[in-house]
Amino acid sequence: METNRNDPGKVELREIVVISGKGGTGKTSLTAAFAALAHDAIFCDLDVDVPDLHIILQPTVEEKSVFMGGNTALIDPARCVGCGTCLEVCSFAAIRDEGAVCRVDQDLCEGCSVCVALCPEKAISFPEAICGDWCVSQTRFGPFVHAQLEPGGENSGRLVSLLKRRAREMAKAQGKRLILCDGSPGIGCPVVSSLGGASLAVIVVEPSLSGLHDFKRVADLCAHFQLPAGIVINRADINPDIIPVFEEECGKRSLAVFGRVPYAKELTEKTQQGLAVTEGDSDVARQIERIWQAILEYRPKPRLRSFSPGR
Amino acid sequence: MRIAIASGKGGAGKTTLTAALASVWPGPLVLADADAEAPNLHLYLSPRFDRSEDVSIRVPVDVRESCTACGLCRDLCKFGAIARFGKKITVFSDMCHGCGGCFRVCTENALVSGERLLGQVEEGRLSSGIPFIQAKTRVGEVMTPPLLRVLLKKLSAFSEEGCDVLIDSPPGISCPAVTVARNVDLMLLVIDPSPFGFADFKLALEAFRKLGLPLVCVINRSGMPGNEPSESALNAFLAAEKLPLAGKIPFSRNAAAASANGHLLTALSGDVRASFCEIAENIRKTACERGCSPLKGRGRNGDE
Repeated sequence: METNRNDPGKVELREIVVISGKGGTGKTSLTAAFAALAHDAIFCDLDVDVPDLHIILQPTVEEKSVFMGGNTALIDPARCVGCGTCLEVCSFAAIRDEGAVCRVDQDLCEGCSVCVALCPEKAISFPEAICGDWCVSQTRFGPFVHAQLEPGGENSGRLVSLLKRRAREMAKAQGKRLILCDGSPGIGCPVVSSLGGASLAVIVVEPSLSGLHDFKRVADLCAHFQLPAGIVINRADINPDIIPVFEEECGKRSLAVFGRVPYAKELTEKTQQGLAVTEGDSDVARQIERIWQAILEYRPKPRLRSFSPGR
Repeated sequence: MRIAIASGKGGAGKTTLTAALASVWPGPLVLADADAEAPNLHLYLSPRFDRSEDVSIRVPVDVRESCTACGLCRDLCKFGAIARFGKKITVFSDMCHGCGGCFRVCTENALVSGERLLGQVEEGRLSSGIPFIQAKTRVGEVMTPPLLRVLLKKLSAFSEEGCDVLIDSPPGISCPAVTVARNVDLMLLVIDPSPFGFADFKLALEAFRKLGLPLVCVINRSGMPGNEPSESALNAFLAAEKLPLAGKIPFSRNAAAASANGHLLTALSGDVRASFCEIAENIRKTACERGCSPLKGRGRNGDE
């Protein structure tokens, strides 16, 4: 158990985020497997775009809220005189010139409100829109915070930050020691938000050329934010020849190697039943258990952390 | 005709399929990798890049002495990139979305303008001569759509010349994927028939149908041991929704290993190659039936 240096009696809250760079490496399956092993934890699905952790955690929703945000500009055709000011000031090519009036293409509108402020006729309003919803739920492993962005929606980074804030409040109130988060693929907006304030990134990699390429990019991202990280090599037996390259990269970057998970039919079968692979005994379940222990015991050298995104 | 190869779920097989289709596609072709956060198509096709263009947005980087701390810029900024501490305006360039509004409302010309690099758009060719363009986000950068718009603009020039365009799209269904989807004539959805893949596919369908885009599907890793329940549910779903299926790529460890090493699936055997030829033909057939004229850009209301 980690204690706070300033206050030795206080238990430190750890926040572990499972990410991957490349999609489809097995983040969610492994997060679910870890969730079944974790004690005293709060779980969080930060892949708000295409969330899947609920398929295994099977939450009972206790609290559901609408996620508002994403205001976009709306031109009142009755007041628009077609002067074209909005067209000129929009940096996102979201205004369509329809002759007598202008119209906002809602899908392209970035929500900057520059046209709203500069329209000489005050013909543009800036209504808020529903961007998705988010839930606080109970599961057989513990409390779960999750969301669903409106399909095709924006503001995923803000929704991610909101979920994390809520998970931290709950952890504090309920005296939990761990927040375990399932992240999203890539290195962009939602991933950057998911890493803000985290204690450790667990990078699930697959032993392929694409996997290696994307692992380096996501490892660079962790380094950029001075966030401690380590890897789990999933489906390790599909292409074992490339694994030493991953291990060497980890050595160079002072990243932990938590272990390897083989391709196993049990994982697929358990997922079909809505279960985590660690809810039952098998070779692969025992391997994942050892990896989870390694993750919990991992204590990186303390480093200065200065990153906190507010998006 | 511009075709986006997309999927809700990451790792469904978009890149593997794009690379395989590229190697059997009949007629003139241009390839693009729009998965700017994790671009991998080049690993399969080894293009030679001969041009790289930096893409940046204009952001405020500093505040001049002339600032009166009136707060107009701070009030306008919706992205938290400008704050006022006491009598001092401070800018956070990393948060800026590049709308330029702060420069416009400042009456004292007090904001110093600079650029924030979003990434690069790189152009080259395959050894066969096929043009190849990719977008690549700078590590640490959160804004992808402006970078993708530069890529899409370059592509529209090719499709006007009569080339078909295959675009390896970003995963998911949020702004990067939608930015690409809005600028194509047809969307090819790659489906992973696992419970996660099926769930994400349904979300993708909801998002992309809203755009009124013709869709065609390919199931990857069909027949994977253990996945039978969700795959049969998926088949029933596709039939009920009357979604055209251009083909199925059977699961095999050989294929997984080949793909992991950056090899083209079409190089595995003559039979595999023939099956991808058939998928390519089915995609073109669907495109014809759905009214996207092949070999010609249709000029949707995109960003061109």
